[in-house]
Amino acid sequence: MSESTLAQLATSIDRREWVERVLTGTQRIDRLRRVRERTILTFLFLAALISIGTTIGIIYTLGIETVRFFQRVSIVDFLTDTQWTPLFTEKHFGIWPLLTATILVSVIAMLIALPIGLLSAIGLAEYAPDRVARVLKPVLEVLAGVPTVVYGYFALLFVTPVLKRFIPQLEVFNALSAGLVMGIMIVPLVASLSEDAMRAVPQSLREGAYALGATKLEVVWRVVVPSSLSGIVAAFILAVSRAVGETMIVAIAMGQVPRLTLNPLVAMETMTAYIVQVSLGDTPHGTLEYQTIFAVGTTLFVITMALNLLSYRFLKRFREIYE
Amino acid sequence: MTEREFDPRLPLRKRLGMLFGLLGAVAIAIGLVTLGVLIADVIHDGWRALSWDFLTSYPSRRPEQAGILSALVGSFYILILVALIAFPLGVAAAIYLEEFAPQNRLTATIEINLSNLAAVPSIVYGLLGLGVFVRSFMLGRSLLAGALTLSLLVLPIIIIASREALRAVPPSIREAGLALGASQWQTVRLFVLPAAWPGILTGTILALARAIGETAPLITIGALTYVAFTPQSLFDPFTVLPIQIFNWISRPQPAFHERAAAGIIVLLAVLLLFNGLAIFLRARLQRRIRF
Repeated sequence: MSESTLAQLATSIDRREWVERVLTGTQRIDRLRRVRERTILTFLFLAALISIGTTIGIIYTLGIETVRFFQRVSIVDFLTDTQWTPLFTEKHFGIWPLLTATILVSVIAMLIALPIGLLSAIGLAEYAPDRVARVLKPVLEVLAGVPTVVYGYFALLFVTPVLKRFIPQLEVFNALSAGLVMGIMIVPLVASLSEDAMRAVPQSLREGAYALGATKLEVVWRVVVPSSLSGIVAAFILAVSRAVGETMIVAIAMGQVPRLTLNPLVAMETMTAYIVQVSLGDTPHGTLEYQTIFAVGTTLFVITMALNLLSYRFLKRFREIYE
Repeated sequence: MTEREFDPRLPLRKRLGMLFGLLGAVAIAIGLVTLGVLIADVIHDGWRALSWDFLTSYPSRRPEQAGILSALVGSFYILILVALIAFPLGVAAAIYLEEFAPQNRLTATIEINLSNLAAVPSIVYGLLGLGVFVRSFMLGRSLLAGALTLSLLVLPIIIIASREALRAVPPSIREAGLALGASQWQTVRLFVLPAAWPGILTGTILALARAIGETAPLITIGALTYVAFTPQSLFDPFTVLPIQIFNWISRPQPAFHERAAAGIIVLLAVLLLFNGLAIFLRARLQRRIRF
């Protein structure tokens, strides 16, 4: 057999082989195929295991450097000291300034993202005609696709100068504009997940409420929202997790001054911004500075993972009810 | 009985409902207007710096000469590598989970794990890449280390999108395949996968768009911010577009900010191209398959 006919045979044999097997009952092809399919299935399984491997990798990498960090710095200091100055000569390792900044900017972002996201979702799912919703939703999701470095630019060079006209004491780097822009970035996440949850509410529930004489607002507010509450809560929690882990906006627009304050008008440093700050310098492996970013990273990972898992539980619950 | 006798507050309640709808419209408008303002602001700041020279010059200490050549090339290489690594693995994992996985504890663990991984902050992937690829595998701050890190980052996104595409293929297709005597794998490969391609490709393209826009994990693994050459091998240092933009934003001179805005225009144009491609592919491929 020439090589080209062999190749031809190889491409056509797949499509024909089960027919052939039925017609001739060829055992050899059957056995070969079974071996091949077992190999393929093993590969597919291994690919699925990579996700577990990734998590183990994260926990191992963060864990090993964090343990080394806590061999040199007491965990009590880490959790109780109110100063974070690992890059200075007089070193303090209190996580609170970084943690407070992270919480402050997340709260500001949530004050924007939750109401606007939920109202957008209600508008899209309950009020807008289907055709309009189908156009608006993808456009709104472009907001989620804009790279965060672009939002950082926007916060620092547009939002802050505009805000400064109304609030003269606003510093160049501040939590306020970083939080506002981050909130807008998270709107599509809240809107999209909440809308999915609301669309999963069976039409019969709405019709039942209308039949009892409820107006549109009452249907939405007393029937649809409560029925999809676990999905909406899941969206909210995921949004918080997203805000806590957001990096570039805060690294660009919020500054790199780790100080313990709740004033949104001054520069602060979040956990993520600190990791960026250290990464930009050339920090040798094994130094205490190198280990600090893993300790901070671990704190970040633990917080976001707790939020993600909580959100997953809520999401599972609403799926179970209506699907 | 008139409406008014039935419930005297009905007009008020109806008006409140309308008002609430208006509130929803305003909320949607806030998002859209912000997007518009952002794009207008960036174009206003950056269009003067956009030129052929800008695209074909290396970064420079003098803002008027600085360009994005090394960043563009770096982003392009990263894109290709991530596609090569993450696409086959992501689709394979999705096929396993959707078509073959038994309902057991391991599968449930993988499910929870995936939904967590999709929401782990990108900078944590950067720390993973730093610890594993840069240090343990001794890849250094190379193109390959960056591509592997970003591949892990987008893998959950590709898997989740591909699974949705596979789930959308009706069970009757599978039953038809099996009834013809095809094995389970043959059914998947010959019938299910072709029907799911549009969704899988769209999801992959959007995941790649995410990879192109990522900054934080690459900064963490130590991608350089000033690179005046293009990488020649997988083991060379590199920079990408978002990092170059970040570098220009963080300088005090306004002339560099103008360069950053121009870089953002290029980045957004590339992403727009990707989104357009995804929409086009979906429309084009979907026409061929109808259930």
